[in-house]
Amino acid sequence: MVKALNLALRQEMERDADVLVIGEDVGVDGGVFRVTEDLHRTFGGRRVIDSPLAEAAIVGTSIGMALYGLRPVCEIQFSGFAFQCFHQFENHAARYRMRTQGRFHVPLVVRMPFGGGVRALEHHSESEEQFYAHVPGLKMVIPSGPRNARALLLSAIRDPDPVIFFEHKALYHASREEVPEEPETLPLGQAQVVREGSAITLIAYGAMLRVAQEAAETLARDDRVEAEVIDLLTISPLDRETIVGSVTKTGRAVIVHEAPRSFGAGAEIAASIMEGAFLSLEAPIRRVAAYDVPFVGFARERVNVPDAARVLAAARETLSY
Amino acid sequence: MPRTRLEPRFQVEYLSILDSEGNLDAALEPDLPDADLKRLYHWMVLARRLDERMVRLQRQGRIGTFAPIKGQEASQLGTVACLSPTDWMVPSFRETAAMIWRGWPIEKLLLFFSGHLEGGQPAPDQHDLPITIPVATQIPHAVGLAYAAQYRGDDAVVMTYFGDGATSEGDFHEALNFAGVWHVPVVFVCQNNQWAISVPLKKQTHSRTIAEKAHAYGFPGIQVDGNDVLAVYAAAREAVERARRGDGPTLIECVTYRLGVHTTADDPTKYRSAEEVAEWERKDPLTRFTAYLQKRNLLEEGLEDRVDAEIAEAVARFEALPPADALTMFDHVYAELPPHLRAQRESLAQRLRDGAPAGEETRPASPPMRGQRTTDR
Repeated sequence: MVKALNLALRQEMERDADVLVIGEDVGVDGGVFRVTEDLHRTFGGRRVIDSPLAEAAIVGTSIGMALYGLRPVCEIQFSGFAFQCFHQFENHAARYRMRTQGRFHVPLVVRMPFGGGVRALEHHSESEEQFYAHVPGLKMVIPSGPRNARALLLSAIRDPDPVIFFEHKALYHASREEVPEEPETLPLGQAQVVREGSAITLIAYGAMLRVAQEAAETLARDDRVEAEVIDLLTISPLDRETIVGSVTKTGRAVIVHEAPRSFGAGAEIAASIMEGAFLSLEAPIRRVAAYDVPFVGFARERVNVPDAARVLAAARETLSY
Repeated sequence: MPRTRLEPRFQVEYLSILDSEGNLDAALEPDLPDADLKRLYHWMVLARRLDERMVRLQRQGRIGTFAPIKGQEASQLGTVACLSPTDWMVPSFRETAAMIWRGWPIEKLLLFFSGHLEGGQPAPDQHDLPITIPVATQIPHAVGLAYAAQYRGDDAVVMTYFGDGATSEGDFHEALNFAGVWHVPVVFVCQNNQWAISVPLKKQTHSRTIAEKAHAYGFPGIQVDGNDVLAVYAAAREAVERARRGDGPTLIECVTYRLGVHTTADDPTKYRSAEEVAEWERKDPLTRFTAYLQKRNLLEEGLEDRVDAEIAEAVARFEALPPADALTMFDHVYAELPPHLRAQRESLAQRLRDGAPAGEETRPASPPMRGQRTTDR
C-alpha cells in the first residue's frame, strides 16, 4: 500500500503544480513509512517540505496555503500526535468555508498512519477516526488496500474540502495488489459491498476489513451462511444508503472497528441502521471493537483489537438470536 | 573544552517619534504626504467613534458581545496602512480599525457581532481572512499564506495581528519558528495592550520585551510606541518593505493600552486601577495625532459630524437587513451537500413550514453581564 500511496502523490504532483507535500521527515528521508519516498528528489524542497517538528504549525500553515489556493498534503507522523493540531482541524480547517460563507475553502489533505498490529509503542497504535468523523466540515477517509488507497487519495487531493486520510500501518507493507498505472479515483462518501450475502451484514473499514472478510469466509465454509461485507472507505460523510440497503436485505448487522467501542463510529452506524432499517431487523445490532481502555501496549494488543474469531462469535450470536 | 560566552548577536530597538507631550523627533518623522496624513486621521476618528457607538449598540441590545479597540487605533491603522490591496491581512478579534481600513463595510462588522455568519464573508476581491477567535491560532495561517505567495511568485506580503496574551500560545511560537525557517514575507503585529482580560503583561511573560522573542526565531523584532501612529507607520513600512524584497519576517510589538473593556462582557474595574487607566488616557493616540495635525494645519472642520453620519447610515443599513435565512446554515459546510445534510435541511424546512420560529424575531437585549452596570469603561 505504501507504493500505491506514493504513486498517487507522485501523479497528482505531476498533474498539478499546486499540490505540495509537507510534514516531518517527508523530504530527504521519504517519510518514516516511506510513503513520500523520492518525491523530494523529483519535486525539490519547496514542494516536498521537511518541516520543523510542530504538528499545529504543519496543519496551520497548510491551512494558510490552502486558503491561498494551493493543495497541501500534510503528513502527521502518527495519528497519536495529531491532538497537538486538533484545534487547527476543528477550529479552522472544518470551518473556513462556513465562516466566510463560501468565500474561502480549505482543499487540504492530512495523511496519518493509524492502528495497531505493528508492535508499536503508545501513541503509535491507536485508532482515532471518531474524533474527526464528529466534526462537521471534515471528511474522514480510511482505505483498506493499495488500489482503493491510491484512488481515494487521488480523490481526496482533488476534493475542495479538508480530508483526514487514515492509513493503517498494518496494511502499509502487508497489503499487496495490482494497481493500474493509469490514474483512477473513487468517490468520497461511498462505501463498497465487497462480498454479497443475504444472511447478515458485516461492516468494517481499514485493517478490520480483512478481519470481517475472514469471518465471512468461515461463516460460508463452516456455517453455510452467506454474509455481506461492506467496506466503508469513508467514515464521514457516512454512506448510510449502502448500509441501510444491505441490512434491509439481511436483517442482521455486525460492525467491526479497532477504536474503543463507546461513542465510536459503530454507534453512529448502529443508530443509522435503527433509523433506516428498523422494521427489517431480526436481531440487535452488534459491535465488535476495542475495549474502552486508553491503551494496552502491544503485549496485550491481540486481545484488544478485534480478530476474526470475535467477529465470528458476534455474527453467530446475531444469526441465532 | 572551554566554557565561553556567546556574544548575543541581536539588539532590540524601540521607536518613538511623536510622544504624548507632543514632542516630535523630526529626523525620524516619516515622509507622509498631507493627503495620507489626513486619510489616516479620518480612519482613526472613524474607528474611535464607531467603537464607542458599538459599545452603546451592545448596551442597548442591538448587537451582541464584541471586543472594543479604544486606545489601539494607532497600532492598527499605522500598520495596516502599509499594505496594498493585494497584500493579505489576517486579524484576530480586536481589529475593527484595521478591518474597516481594509474595506470591511461597517454593517458587515455589525452583522458579525450580531451572530450573523454573513458578517464574516470577505468580498470576492478582498485578501483578508475573517475574524479569528481562538487566540493565536490564525498566526500559522498567515505564515502559510506567505509561503503560498512566495511559492507562486506573487508579490504579496501578509500581515497578521494578535495581542500580548497570544505570545504565550504554542501557535505563536510555532508560527514564528516556521516563518523564520522558511524566510517568508510576513509581518507579525503584536498589539501589546498590557492586559489579556485580567492578566497583566508581567504575568504573561518574563521577557523584557515581546519584540525580542523574534530573535529566538532568527529575524528582527522591534518595539514601537503603539500610541504613536507615526512610529507605528515607520516601523511597519520598513517591515513590509523588508518582506517584499525577500528579506523575511519581522515582529512588531506595538506598546499600547486597551482603554476599554476586554469584551462587553468584562468588568476591568475588578483587576486594574482607575489611576492606571487615567495615565494611559493621557497617552491617547488620537489626542496626540490631533495635536500634530493641528500644528501642521491639516485638521478638517466637521470631520466628527461626517464620520458620525457615516456610522449612522451604516447602522441604519444594518438594521434594515432582512433576518437570517435559517436554511442557509447548510450551504457552506461542504462544497456539495451530502445526503445526511440534505435530509437535515429538508427536516428543518418542514419545521419552518409548520411554523417554527426561523430565528430571533426581535433582537433581545443581552442578559446583564458581570459588572455591566457598575462600570462605564
